[in-house]
Amino acid sequence: MSKLLTDAPAPVKRNTLTKNQLPGWAIWAVAAGSLVLGAAASSLLGFSLVSWALISAVIFVIAGYLVTLSVEGARKAKDRFATNLIFAAFIIAVVPLISVIWTVLQNGIAGLSYNLVFTSMNGMTGMVDNQTVANGTEVLGGAYHGIVGTLLITMWATIISVPIGLLTAVYLVEYSKGGALSRGITFFVDVMTGIPSIVAGLFAAALFGLIFGPSTRTGFVAAVALSVLMIPVVVRSTEEMLKIVPNELREASYALGVRKWRTILKVVVPTAISGIASGVTLAIARIIGETAPLLVTAGFVNSINWNVFGGWMTTLPTYIYRQLMNPTSPTNVEPSMQRAWAAALILIVFVMLLNLIARLIARIFAPKTGR
Amino acid sequence: MTETGRGRTGDKVFSGLTLAAGCLILFVLFCVAAFLLWQALPTFGAEPTALTGGKGFFAYIWPIVIGTLIAAAIALVLATPVGVGVALFISHYAPRRLAQGLGYVVDLLAAIPSVVYGAWGIAVLAPALVGPYTWLAENAGWIPIFAGPASQTGKTMLTAGIVLSVMILPIITSLSREIFLQAPKLHEEAALAMGATRWEMIKMAVFPFARPGVISAVMLGLGRALGETMAVAMVLSGGGLIASLIKSGNQTIAAEVALNFPEAYGLRLSELIAAGLVLFIITLAVNMIARWIISRHKEFSGAN
Repeated sequence: MSKLLTDAPAPVKRNTLTKNQLPGWAIWAVAAGSLVLGAAASSLLGFSLVSWALISAVIFVIAGYLVTLSVEGARKAKDRFATNLIFAAFIIAVVPLISVIWTVLQNGIAGLSYNLVFTSMNGMTGMVDNQTVANGTEVLGGAYHGIVGTLLITMWATIISVPIGLLTAVYLVEYSKGGALSRGITFFVDVMTGIPSIVAGLFAAALFGLIFGPSTRTGFVAAVALSVLMIPVVVRSTEEMLKIVPNELREASYALGVRKWRTILKVVVPTAISGIASGVTLAIARIIGETAPLLVTAGFVNSINWNVFGGWMTTLPTYIYRQLMNPTSPTNVEPSMQRAWAAALILIVFVMLLNLIARLIARIFAPKTGR
Repeated sequence: MTETGRGRTGDKVFSGLTLAAGCLILFVLFCVAAFLLWQALPTFGAEPTALTGGKGFFAYIWPIVIGTLIAAAIALVLATPVGVGVALFISHYAPRRLAQGLGYVVDLLAAIPSVVYGAWGIAVLAPALVGPYTWLAENAGWIPIFAGPASQTGKTMLTAGIVLSVMILPIITSLSREIFLQAPKLHEEAALAMGATRWEMIKMAVFPFARPGVISAVMLGLGRALGETMAVAMVLSGGGLIASLIKSGNQTIAAEVALNFPEAYGLRLSELIAAGLVLFIITLAVNMIARWIISRHKEFSGAN
């Protein structure tokens, strides 16, 4: 046996375990090759970074398949092909995200100024914008009324949604015994998360139109529309949080003779409060950027309105929409574009901050799940 | 004695409150349907000539229903493979330490307001697509959906569909990811131990387990794509129903309502509300089917 081994001619040093296997550098060689080929092919079509990346990627996926096929066989080649496609899918998904954020930052920072944040569009006409462009002075007018409207309407939507959402979640987790009603509520809450936002807006508009006469548009109508969208999100997240509160805590409280409602208010909810708070914050982040329901419920004005129960209101999303689609001065659109992008930047910062706060709340007040 | 009595009252009041809140939600959903129907009624009884287009409600609604379906179909065709691929990447391909962070990055896509996507579509995507559309019209113009001449602004149905696909991507990804992560570890390890490659393992152990979940994720994405308003309203320069996706034209229900509602009154108002009702019924059906599939497989229900 040992004679056989020592006598066997060994011109190739690779052992049988790594035979038919591509060396580690092979995939990088294929990548470099396809980049070069991609550069050549895209320069034939008129060079651009996008076409270079696209053509190189396609060549890389195909060449990777062929090289693996020739050395490692069909099964490995198929595996390589699938891996490359899945990596490509991830890159494709990240490109629009980066593009969106880059566009907003690039266009938004230029327009961000004291005027934008602290003045409204009151008295801003096309003439003012035309003069701004002609004289090259600073852009006047801003989104202050939009910021005020967004904050007020979101606050009212939160005031309406949070109690209803919390109580429903408490009912589903603590009181219901898995009957038809609770299953119905769970099912329809899930269905409600899929209601198109414009339909929620139409509902609120129809409801208030019926009571206060057609075309009633106030901030409060918008808040009702938004709470239709917000309630299911609050219910779902609160439900998940209440479910992970350990049963021992409830039983300990009952054993001390504490009533069920006091147990819920003093033991169960405080235990889950971090999760509930972060869920509510995420729900606010979701509705703060809604546009369509506000278009049909809150109207649009150029001046500041602090009263949600009377008069039309502007919010940041509708402000962005109006400035982009119907610029204040049709002949000189630049000031409007600048205001719109700066307002978009403010809106995104709001949403990202809310997301960040939600994650911080969830992390700092970590769920107190027993030991 | 009074202490006990008060406690009992508190119990009753509190449980009653929670029950009332639960019922209120069902009532609100019922109200949404009822009020839309109530306000839409004048449309169905009106003279056909009094409505937009002058040929009755059906002739008015079906082109925009088809338009809505086209937009949603484009979004689904583009977003489904990418979304499932990203979910697989996060659950089975990315290094463990990176996976959670990457999942968060994709969730960020969901946090961006729709109006910002619309603005991005107008400012970046539409101009960038004019070149490819012209090329498509020249080289693939014989296919009806690419019939030229291509729009010179890029504000077409295909652009709107691409923006929609970016918006529904995080929904498909996050749901599919949850389900891929729940695939039985023992099955996966057994497949790998038998010498399967990673892709064969995913095909044999993960996909059969996750198929209903992925289908419902796609259905929920469809529900979102059908009802999404602003991206379409801003990106698409609408018009009558046409086959070509790279010319201006077509319209969706949601965008039609959002664009016309602020100036509408009287019969036009109830006509738009009727259009909203049609959209509500379509999305309700899609969502109910998706939720029904999920609830049949109870173990997925936590994922949303």
